[in-house]
Amino acid sequence: MKYLLLIYESEKAWENITEAEQGQIYQEYMDYTNGIKKKGNYIAGEALQPISTATTVRVKNGKTLTTDGPFAETREQLGGFYMVEAKDLDEAIKLATGIPAVRSGSIEVRPIMPTPPPE
Amino acid sequence: MDIAAVFRDERARALATLIRLLGDFDRAEDALQDAFAAALQQWPREGVPDNPRAWLVSTARHKGIDRLRRDAGLAARAGEIAYLAEPAAPPPDLADEPFTDDLMRLMFTCCHPALALEAQVALTLKTLCGLTVEQIARAFLVSPATMAQRLVRAKAKIRAARIPYEVPGSDRLAERLDGVLRVVYLVFTEGYAATLGDALVRRELCGEAIRLGRLLRALLPASGEVAGLLGLMLLHDSRRNARVDTRGDVVVLEDQDRSLWDRAQIGEGQALAEEALRRAGGGFYALQAAIAALHGQAARPGDTDWPQIAALYTLLMRLHPSPVVALNHAAAVAMGERLDRGLRLIEQLEAGGELGSYHLLPAAKADILRRMGRREEAALAYESALRLTTQPAERRYLERRRREVMEQL
Repeated sequence: MKYLLLIYESEKAWENITEAEQGQIYQEYMDYTNGIKKKGNYIAGEALQPISTATTVRVKNGKTLTTDGPFAETREQLGGFYMVEAKDLDEAIKLATGIPAVRSGSIEVRPIMPTPPPE
Repeated sequence: MDIAAVFRDERARALATLIRLLGDFDRAEDALQDAFAAALQQWPREGVPDNPRAWLVSTARHKGIDRLRRDAGLAARAGEIAYLAEPAAPPPDLADEPFTDDLMRLMFTCCHPALALEAQVALTLKTLCGLTVEQIARAFLVSPATMAQRLVRAKAKIRAARIPYEVPGSDRLAERLDGVLRVVYLVFTEGYAATLGDALVRRELCGEAIRLGRLLRALLPASGEVAGLLGLMLLHDSRRNARVDTRGDVVVLEDQDRSLWDRAQIGEGQALAEEALRRAGGGFYALQAAIAALHGQAARPGDTDWPQIAALYTLLMRLHPSPVVALNHAAAVAMGERLDRGLRLIEQLEAGGELGSYHLLPAAKADILRRMGRREEAALAYESALRLTTQPAERRYLERRRREVMEQL
């Protein structure tokens, strides 16, 4: 079963640490990613540019409306994700607890909706 | 032959096994209902089978697979049916072992931390205790529709997020067991607290919580905290006939007619409390059970070993700190050592502000002030307590106390 692990973290906190500390966290992500690749849980994973680069899009009455930034201001922002294969929620939770941001931010674990089989 | 009694005894274990065999809560519940209906037809004619549980499980399993076949989307489910009908899924054994494992699975799944606490409680009462949606709704003062929806949502999450139907591994067992114990204790305290409406439902909740405690005790005989929780519940419940008077008013521990206490139950609770202390010395429930046991030992209020109770609360506060524990500690210090020391501790708590909306804080303060003869301040504290509770029995008690100190002014 597939789960999306959404990584929420304070972007401000990230800006306020030294380059050396950032480098160390990058290394932790590399190690984590390699680890779950080896175990066969990894499907995909990416880091996102900060929310200052985000654009929110809607279509109202056929007209495209774009606004700067994310939909809502929150203390923590979506900063990246992993998609993993896990046998059940407990395994997915265990995988989530390995993501470095789990200590400073939070990880939302969402099951991927299965595609119905073709009729 | 009491078929209803057989159903009552076998329901939880049969359901727990069926959830594993059929892979779904709702499907298992429906299938078990079908099996009960079949039993009502067949058993009076042919007699109760030697192993009614195995009969119910194997009948229900077939009914469940039949239902699945009848349901829409048959083509999509062909694979699933083949899987479920496969003889590899072991037929229910005559031995108790697999049923016991399934019951543990059910307990840990209902109390999975990914479910909201209120959903854990509802699911436990529905599946393990067999309470109806209406009963659970009445117990928690919500409408049956709200409660039904809470259950539907919880079961949908179990399915969609694939919450596993298994007992957690030893690396997480202690942590997850805490969650199970919390749910059982919550069921008990909801039943025990006077904040709920219906007295009959309250009794039922306490009874169910104790039944769950006994079940856990049978499943995990070496756990000190399980022994502690069961002991704690038995000791509290032993006072059920003394803690409310004929008008439904609260009778505080000090004023209770101790001849109404259930001595046999106190004995059982005390033995469990001792075992709990031996096995899990600093456990949250073990310590509370030990405190309840000390109260149970006192033949008269004056015989209460307050210094020892205060010492146990000190330990509880160090190992499992919470504002409510601190309040109980302060009250025990007041009774065991000196009233003014207890009062000072309560005033510190008051300043902390965490219990700002908890009526038992000013009530405890009022009680100490009353004992110190500071009646005017006591009356004011009783008034503060009255502002924080709407529960009629609690209010009557506080109003009576307030009147008493006012009359002596």
